[in-house]
Amino acid sequence: MAEINANIPEGELTEKWTKLRSSMPLVNPANKRSIEIIVVGSGLAGASAAATLAEMGYKVKCFCFQDSPRRAHSIAAQGGINAAKNYQNDGDSTYRLFYDTIKGGDYRAREANVHRLAEVSANIIDQCVAQGVPLAREYGGLLDNRSFGGTQVQRTFYAAGQTGQQLLLGAYSALERQIGMGKVEMFTRHEMLEVVKVDGKARGIIARNLITGELERHSGHAVLLCSGGYGNVFYLSTNAMGSNVTAAWKAHKKGAFFGNPCYTQIHPTCIPVSGDHQSKLTLMSESLRNDGRIWVPKKKDDNRKATDIPEEERDYYLERRYPAFGNLVPRDVASRAAKERCDAGYGVGKSKLAVYLDFKANTERYGRIEANKHNIHNPDKETCMRLGRDVIKEKYGNLFDMYKQITGEDPYELPMRIYPAVHYTMGGLWVDYNLMTTVPGLYALGEANFSDHGANRLGASALMQGLADGYFVIPYTIGAYLSKELSTKPIPQDHPAFIEAEANAKGIIDKFFAIKGTKSVDYFHKKLGKIMWEKCGMARNVKGLTEAIAEIQQLRQDFWTDVRVPGVANEFNPELEKAGRVADFIELGELMCIDALNRNESCGGHFREEFQTEEGEALRDDENYAYVAAWEFKEGVKFELHKEELKFENIKVAQRSYK
Amino acid sequence: MSTGNMNLTLKIWRQKNNKAKGNLVDYKVSEISPDMSFLEMFDVLNEDLISKGDEPIVFDHDCREGICGSCSMFINGRPHGPKEGITTCQLHMRSFKDGDTIVVEPWRAKAFPVIKDLTVDRTAFDRIIASGGFISVNTGNAQDANALPIPKVQADSAFEAAACIGCGACVATCKNASAMLFVSAKISQLAQLPQGQPERYRRVQSMVAQMDAEGFGNCTNTGACEAECPKGISLENIARMNRDFYSAKFVSEEDI
Repeated sequence: MAEINANIPEGELTEKWTKLRSSMPLVNPANKRSIEIIVVGSGLAGASAAATLAEMGYKVKCFCFQDSPRRAHSIAAQGGINAAKNYQNDGDSTYRLFYDTIKGGDYRAREANVHRLAEVSANIIDQCVAQGVPLAREYGGLLDNRSFGGTQVQRTFYAAGQTGQQLLLGAYSALERQIGMGKVEMFTRHEMLEVVKVDGKARGIIARNLITGELERHSGHAVLLCSGGYGNVFYLSTNAMGSNVTAAWKAHKKGAFFGNPCYTQIHPTCIPVSGDHQSKLTLMSESLRNDGRIWVPKKKDDNRKATDIPEEERDYYLERRYPAFGNLVPRDVASRAAKERCDAGYGVGKSKLAVYLDFKANTERYGRIEANKHNIHNPDKETCMRLGRDVIKEKYGNLFDMYKQITGEDPYELPMRIYPAVHYTMGGLWVDYNLMTTVPGLYALGEANFSDHGANRLGASALMQGLADGYFVIPYTIGAYLSKELSTKPIPQDHPAFIEAEANAKGIIDKFFAIKGTKSVDYFHKKLGKIMWEKCGMARNVKGLTEAIAEIQQLRQDFWTDVRVPGVANEFNPELEKAGRVADFIELGELMCIDALNRNESCGGHFREEFQTEEGEALRDDENYAYVAAWEFKEGVKFELHKEELKFENIKVAQRSYK
Repeated sequence: MSTGNMNLTLKIWRQKNNKAKGNLVDYKVSEISPDMSFLEMFDVLNEDLISKGDEPIVFDHDCREGICGSCSMFINGRPHGPKEGITTCQLHMRSFKDGDTIVVEPWRAKAFPVIKDLTVDRTAFDRIIASGGFISVNTGNAQDANALPIPKVQADSAFEAAACIGCGACVATCKNASAMLFVSAKISQLAQLPQGQPERYRRVQSMVAQMDAEGFGNCTNTGACEAECPKGISLENIARMNRDFYSAKFVSEEDI
């Protein structure tokens, strides 16, 4: 077990980034033209990085498995993006965003990274507006903001319930502009299957052309993994069907350490599971908690219709337990509280695994304001509800429509039924301050890295981090590495390392077809998901995790002897793609359980039942676990722990309180 | 596995690759639940095909919540099926009846060649965006976002155009396979914003030229695109694009 170096610059917290940026070695324009950079993934992090690096003059190759870079899963982010602009004059500042993020992450994130994130957050909004991203505005023509969990200021910028879509289309258009100019070569429907290392440095990738099935060699001076998170290890999550860990996992197997794999975000407000056929879960944006109040009946097994339960028989448990933050506590806190009520027998709906998210009170409140605007004094309740409904519709119309479409119930009439679901993974490839993994020349950006959210991510911070990494961090930090690579000639693709990596990728594909088993890939994926959700989900304990590790090892064995992959390799074959992804998820699942078992404390999204306060809150152990667990892959699917100690020099570490 | 009681006959387009000839093949599915999504019904069918040793049906899908624009099925003669304002992945089986026969085909347009089964190649859309669907601003040094106030009505209208998910339903439903709704949505978004003004006329000319080069048809104002658009993109955008396209001809060369 060795300490690892995060390469955090010396100096005052507030000056680290500025100083580093000004003293960073540069690559001159003529040299940039001969340096090639490979970007895997085209979401917020990948598209923004690829576009910006191409603007700077580098030769960029960008890869995505979707048919267009515009379809990366960032597109589905709903609620918003944080930035320390203080446009609302409510006391926001760079420091406050930094503080909220560290505290929200339950003191398990790296101070220097988070401060940098807060510093560049304002630039992101400026950049996106300049690109023509239509963020929501007030009548005066200025940008509007709303609140998200874990903060007491309004710093969230948004575009209805489609903020991710609008930001991604902004980054996508910047990327397409570079593609049109020939400065980025785009490879759609391509999946990365191997990282190629030459003399210890990342020098390229092996990618499979998903239409022809051909394995291709691509070389570069550096490789950026912007391949998103691994929530689909749980099978059911709010992630897109194609979201996967394969790129990150292949890098892990080539020497990149994996940081804090057990930190998973379970989002409190999702549409509950309706049956065995379910293929994915749908999020209802956190922004709804601005105006929705969460409750369950005070009586156990209360089967009355929600609207028939009188006010005094409702338990607004978040407002009761956390008066200061109320319904806007961070996600991990809200999710656990929902689970606690349901486990105690107060859940609602057929499955009893749901709580209510109710807009009635605020609909009426908005209606009263509207009535005043229309000079209607002493409006009756019906008028208030009618006018208020229009306000709610303008704010959340698309989410309400989505809910109705899926459940068949009208949320304007009945409260929504919601339950927590896997949404985001704070863990990911370990990176240093420069976003470089433990493999020189191999970087990880966005959700694919572990860096900024600690043990729990605050709402509207994922978009901020993805774009910060891509637009404002990597374009500078990569120069430090590339400036030493000027004499490196284009990497020959017939180098033995490429031949070996390609043979390895081919070997795995051949093995899949050779098994000729009896069970589909989804069969194994669902089994894995069930183990993970039950034993490494919202609550974890030694017994469950120990069992899970054994069960996953068995599942891995079964998978490699009994999976059935139809078709052939040299054609468009989505079942083959899924097989590769599930094989990697199985290995990752085991590591997540090992990590969760190693961390004998509760923090953020990692809740170990053995470690909780009397009130059921997460109980950290700062003395023994204030470190990043960075795991090294060893032959035979074994993992070795390395630690990066977390030093808090600017924030007083305390028990998180949202009361 | 399934818990429902619907039995359906499916006629699905099967085509090995873009060179092979395709045809409709009949399939039966049973015990389908009305709470399933249309794509989950396809999952059930595919599981069944795999267990029988047959090849599953290939179709594009990803987010399954109506925003990525991947899914693209032409169901009973309509893109994204019988309901308005949703994508295929948001369609639920409760929109069908027990015993129904459902015909499922890929998008059909010269500019969207079939790759396999229900999957088509929509990269023409990306090339149109690459030809001018952006504001030329490099990263860094953008002015403060609030230094440029934009009236709410204008910003909202730009947003409505920007809500396009690039699925291609407009092309699939148009008898001319015209891409005008898609192209005009992007042009219209940027033309309504002050940031989009400097390149306004250059943009409309190059995007329309690329659209034509890709082999999309012309617009004959039938309005099917607007009617079938899952995101309610308005025909007004086409009018706006045409206005800018003709205005561009009267703008001096130096301004373009």
